[in-house]
Amino acid sequence: MTATVSVQEDETTCEAAVELCFHCSEPLAGSKITARINGRDEPVCCHGCRAVAELIADAGLGDYYRFRTAAAARPDSSAIEEDAWAAYAQPEVAAQFTRQSGELDSVTLEIDGLRCAACSWLIDHMLQSLGGVTESSTNASTGRAHVAWRRKDLTLADILRAVARLGYRPYPLGDLAASRSRRRERHDALKRLAIAGFGMMQVMMFAVAEYSASLSGEVIEGTLSSFFRIVSLLVTTPVLFYAGAPILSGAWRNVRARTIGMDVPVSLALILAYAAGVWTTLSGSSGNVYFDSVTMFVFFLTLGRYVQMSVRHRTTEVTGALARQLPSYAHRVDGSSIEDVPVTALTPGNIVLIRPGETLPADGEIIEGDTSINEAMLTGESAPVHRSVGQTVAAGTLNVGSPTYIRVNATASDTIISHIVRLLHRAQTQKPAIARSADKAASRFLRYVLLASAATAGAWWVIDPSRAFEATLAVLVVACPCAFAIATPAAISAAAAHLARLGILITRLDALEALTRIDRIVFDKTGTLTEGNIVVARCEPIGHLDENTCCRIAAALELASEHPLARAFAQIGVDERAEHVRTVPGAGVEGIVEGRRYRIGTPEFVAALHGGATTLEQAPPRGTVVVLGDEQGVLARFELRDTPRPNAGAAVASLRAMNIEPQILSGDAEAPVAALAKHVGIDEHFARRSPQDKLAHVQQLQAAGHRVAVVGDGVNDGPVLASADISIAMGSGTALAQASADMVLVGTKLDAIPRAVALARRTTRIARQNMIWAAVYNFGALPLAALGFVPPWLAALGMSLSSIAVVLNATRLLPARSRVRAAEVSP
Amino acid sequence: MSILFVLVPVTLALVAAAAWALFWAVDNGQFDDLDRPAWEAIRDEEIDRAPTRSPGAERKDD
Repeated sequence: MTATVSVQEDETTCEAAVELCFHCSEPLAGSKITARINGRDEPVCCHGCRAVAELIADAGLGDYYRFRTAAAARPDSSAIEEDAWAAYAQPEVAAQFTRQSGELDSVTLEIDGLRCAACSWLIDHMLQSLGGVTESSTNASTGRAHVAWRRKDLTLADILRAVARLGYRPYPLGDLAASRSRRRERHDALKRLAIAGFGMMQVMMFAVAEYSASLSGEVIEGTLSSFFRIVSLLVTTPVLFYAGAPILSGAWRNVRARTIGMDVPVSLALILAYAAGVWTTLSGSSGNVYFDSVTMFVFFLTLGRYVQMSVRHRTTEVTGALARQLPSYAHRVDGSSIEDVPVTALTPGNIVLIRPGETLPADGEIIEGDTSINEAMLTGESAPVHRSVGQTVAAGTLNVGSPTYIRVNATASDTIISHIVRLLHRAQTQKPAIARSADKAASRFLRYVLLASAATAGAWWVIDPSRAFEATLAVLVVACPCAFAIATPAAISAAAAHLARLGILITRLDALEALTRIDRIVFDKTGTLTEGNIVVARCEPIGHLDENTCCRIAAALELASEHPLARAFAQIGVDERAEHVRTVPGAGVEGIVEGRRYRIGTPEFVAALHGGATTLEQAPPRGTVVVLGDEQGVLARFELRDTPRPNAGAAVASLRAMNIEPQILSGDAEAPVAALAKHVGIDEHFARRSPQDKLAHVQQLQAAGHRVAVVGDGVNDGPVLASADISIAMGSGTALAQASADMVLVGTKLDAIPRAVALARRTTRIARQNMIWAAVYNFGALPLAALGFVPPWLAALGMSLSSIAVVLNATRLLPARSRVRAAEVSP
Repeated sequence: MSILFVLVPVTLALVAAAAWALFWAVDNGQFDDLDRPAWEAIRDEEIDRAPTRSPGAERKDD
């Protein structure tokens, strides 16, 4: 025991009155267990903590204990010793949570027990030390981690096990357990808020009596007055130590880790005021009791935290709601019988019956039935859309029409909805640069706050010792830069939730800021300004082959292509596939069908194969022209047609009203591009641009000082999208899977783009308002408090209200329904 | 004023009872969803039409 006391002293703090566990900072409670850390024996409270602490030290990650700002959660030793994760090693189970791309698997984990930045550092380093993990990014503020690993080296079970061994509880998203933990957090917060609220009202009752008595020059009789004080003390104690527990323990962790957090000055003020109150009450002297200030301060802090938590939950719920849209059972049709099977048992090709009112369990194609589908979850559009045989429907959407049979073509994590959810999660697990800099600024400011309060105490001690205590208290409380630190993150996360509702997913939070600055927007044509449902309007054989054969060859070639134009040929339906297929972006496809080499694509591309001229200038086509040819010459000419998106014109007009000049940049021929440009009202259009030309065009615009947004289909426009200041991909299954874009437009509504720009501008405005408000408040109130003009209760009110004002200001960015919920908790 | 020496403890008891009631309510999920239950009453006919699964039932645990 004596040996461990000395360790405790030089490790953390000299006032080791109660011995605490090295790992979780819980009292040792007589535990004699020690963990061997860096050659020393550290006291730990249980075998679980010992296992975790030794694991961390052995992995060379002992720095965690120096940098953490929050104590670790006490690990559940059964969770470490037992292997609860074996099931996740099975590919079928893991597939429900992971996403496959190439040889990599990735997963988003919700991690319980993640308390500070050091925890995320620890998890990231531990995961990266596993051979095979290629990416790991853990965000302490959302409690989420995004991990990618090579499938041949590791399984999901290994990842989960690694996190669990550190004493955290990982929940692969899709697990209901995560929302249960969120629910518990909310319950705790509500109880704390209730205790603080009730306590504040009680204490205020007595405080008002005292104040009004002293205002009217009367004096409350001695016994009654001290009775009031004792009752106030009784009420304040649970308020401070139960409702205020998160604040006090946060500060305690900061002190132990020798860092300064938001909680330190606040807790210092609370404890000083409470101690002064207790001393006055028990000694029976006539000094001030600060119980009213203490309870009010705790109440408003708790309220602020509650509002912040609600906004955070609301943001994660938008994504969680998407994820949970999938039902757990589906009615699978086997011949004539229908059986209920778990959704996980569905495989592509299964026939599934969807009754009215049911949610679709998988992506698929309607093979029987004629119904209405509510796709609000995907597109934000609440009016149901009509879907009939042959059309594809997405998992998570709601059948509001009649019974329908679909043939499944994608299940579980391949479904569109899973891609969306994953993108949103990834966006949330990244902390935007602007929030990181606010954090840093706040922690620098905190040091000055502590210095300022010390200076105030010193100065008043010399001038008027009787006022030193109150002035110091006021400085500590009033200057806490809480509002400053949450100003930007609150606005950004609220905006991201709103955008998701509009049908725009942000994959990079920094994108929001960049979006406000764009002044040029470049649209791709096919699939972006048009619907992309291209049909072969005309097939005109030119060579020796008949129309049918030409169509068949064309379809076989295009089968391998993801280009929107290629889908027009998919309707023809062929059995054979071209071999040795080579796709040339912006030009066409080359491949071998039935032993002959063919090319399909632009006239130039095809001409290059047979070496002939690109003749065939006939009457200007109304649609896009694609040519099929072999090594001898041109075989056929196809005219493809597409319809413009109905709201493209409106979107273009509103973008222009925002001083964003739209352009069309297309690989297509001049005639169809010009026609479309005229139709949607875009002045500048550029046809026949290869991906290289497009890239050059965008770079040229940027060189001229423009900020350029590029809207494309995400697959064929990869390099252009990457070069843009902001890239917006049109959401289809492939585009979502690629996810290289900053934003993904999920619905078909192009007018979501101007709305997103407007929202981004509002977000920056609100973030700036928040920053200015927080700065004005902090710098304005500090001198007043130091000069002794601010009584402690007013300081408490001001500081708390400034934080709440900031968060409530940010809630203006939330979509309408959530705003109601946030307003319910406002005072 | 000596009645206060009785009434104040009574208020404290009432507050304690109220706090207990609120804790009970929170633990029973009364505050989990403040929006949806209000609509539950006028959704009877929808449940009749779709007896197998009411949309949003999955959201209960959130």
